[in-house]
Amino acid sequence: MKVEETSPEVSVEIAEKVPGVNFGSLKSQKRREVITAWLFSAPSLTLLVVFLIVPFVMAFIFSLTDQRLIPNRYVPTAFIGLRNYLRLFSDDAFYRAIFNNFLFAIVVVPTQTAFALLLAVLINQNLKGVRIFRTIYFSPVVITMVVVAVVWSNLFNPGQGFINQFLKFISFGRIKPPGWLTDTHYAFPAIMILSVWQGVGFQMIIFLAGLQDIPAELYEAARVDGANKQQQFWLVTLPQLKNTTIFVFLTTTILAFKLFTQVWVLTKGGPQNSTMTTIVLLYRQGFIQLNVGYSSTIAVVFFFIVLMISILQRVFLKEQRR
Amino acid sequence: MARSKRIKVKTVMIFKNFIKYFILIALALFFLFPVVFMFVSSVKTNEMQVVSDMSSFRGFIPYGALGIKNYINVFREMHFGRFMFNSLFITSITVLAGMVFNSMLAFSLARLHFKGQRFIVSIVVALMIIPIESVVIPMLLMVNTVGWIDSYQVQIFPFIAEPFFIFLFYQFFIGIPYDFDEAAVVDGATPSMIYSRIIVPLSRPVFASVLILQSMFRWNEFLWPLMVTQGPKYRPLTVAMQQFFSQDPRLWGEIFAFASMVTLPLLILFLFFQKWFIQSVASSGIKG
Repeated sequence: MKVEETSPEVSVEIAEKVPGVNFGSLKSQKRREVITAWLFSAPSLTLLVVFLIVPFVMAFIFSLTDQRLIPNRYVPTAFIGLRNYLRLFSDDAFYRAIFNNFLFAIVVVPTQTAFALLLAVLINQNLKGVRIFRTIYFSPVVITMVVVAVVWSNLFNPGQGFINQFLKFISFGRIKPPGWLTDTHYAFPAIMILSVWQGVGFQMIIFLAGLQDIPAELYEAARVDGANKQQQFWLVTLPQLKNTTIFVFLTTTILAFKLFTQVWVLTKGGPQNSTMTTIVLLYRQGFIQLNVGYSSTIAVVFFFIVLMISILQRVFLKEQRR
Repeated sequence: MARSKRIKVKTVMIFKNFIKYFILIALALFFLFPVVFMFVSSVKTNEMQVVSDMSSFRGFIPYGALGIKNYINVFREMHFGRFMFNSLFITSITVLAGMVFNSMLAFSLARLHFKGQRFIVSIVVALMIIPIESVVIPMLLMVNTVGWIDSYQVQIFPFIAEPFFIFLFYQFFIGIPYDFDEAAVVDGATPSMIYSRIIVPLSRPVFASVLILQSMFRWNEFLWPLMVTQGPKYRPLTVAMQQFFSQDPRLWGEIFAFASMVTLPLLILFLFFQKWFIQSVASSGIKG
């Protein structure tokens, strides 16, 4: 009985101190642990190396070459130094893409974060049937983005689309509605609207989890000190949600830079590059023009943007934890 | 006096609640109207009516000639069944393999001891930053060289190992008390028995989170299958939906029927397992 109660560390000590205790079985136990560890790690590690690390390194290498997707036997791939990067930084489409991604981030990230917080506060109330609203607000998240884009393209139809008819209806015909996806000024805002519609529920749930983590005593203390509901929100809720907000802000920013699916379904970057994004350009260059070298250059620059946002996130969150 | 005051308080309460519900319902309409519009339009069998209804509130009312003709046509005119099978097959295999392999790696990192373990943990954390978008083009060249274009494996293998999920498992496993392992070791359990009989049964929440998040991500994948599938044989629903949408002339009734069928599986799963969906989304955020 006593033997069973000793922990492995103690039994190791006993084994080392008491001669005659079986050394071999402990050693083999250790060895078995190491073998299992490597066997257990092998599948995932192999896949990570083959499908993440190797292509990642290749992107850097290709960005310095004129690699094509289908190599030409007579024109071997050449090392061209930084020529891809020079070309990229004088490419109007690239500037337009980067500009759009930043625009998307600057407009959508604060809007969507604030909207998500508002929704979370609303459904965190003690009201009958509030769960139904939580379900409804979250449901677009489980709808595939391709479908969302397709449905909204109908709603955004310039002539007969519901949105324009609705705008005319509520303004008694005074608003002259835009051509949305066909108009260079309105195509990108249209994509922003449907992106917020689809994505906001996700952040709402993250905020809701944050709200429910706030200790009730804090609100009680604030009430005792005479704070009203609004003051409680600004002085208790918001400061307590700081970490959650930073997280939501920066992950949404990264998503803003990954913008692709809805753009590809609706406008393919047009009209006149007005909805061009970094990933649309990367896809066009790599897959349609078969320019693996140039496309890899975009991938590298894209990676560094995402890296910077991730570093910002870690810095902010670390400061918070202190 | 007291009574009239109480009545006053009560009316204020009712008024406040009325405003709250008004806001909640207005927002609900904002999130619901495109979905209702899609489902309602998909069952209108007269294409002329679908088009003329789309410009007014009639688009939200099921009236006129209703039926599942659009759904039948989607099955008849293209390989819809095939697309559905492809999406289900690719998603389920990737998610199942991912849960097994990612949790196994996380287990050996969190619960076993071997040289190089800390280095691997830091590599996994670093890899979380690399977005899939920045590796797709070199990967495309790789899979093209080995002749994997247009296949199932090309859509499955690259997505099985996922640093983010390894990290989720790792964080959960490291929080499980070691008493269980120690007792099991004394009873003669091997490391793989500890994994399968102690850690996995204790980790249902994290397995559920990974199952749901990974299923959503896989089901929605678009960029990669757009590049690596050519014909309908291996094409998933997302790409098929986009291609059907791009065809001229646009038959909105059938497009909405197609869209409804892409939406329904996940939507139904969500309505049944809501609590799990919401928990898994919440768990993706807190740690950051």
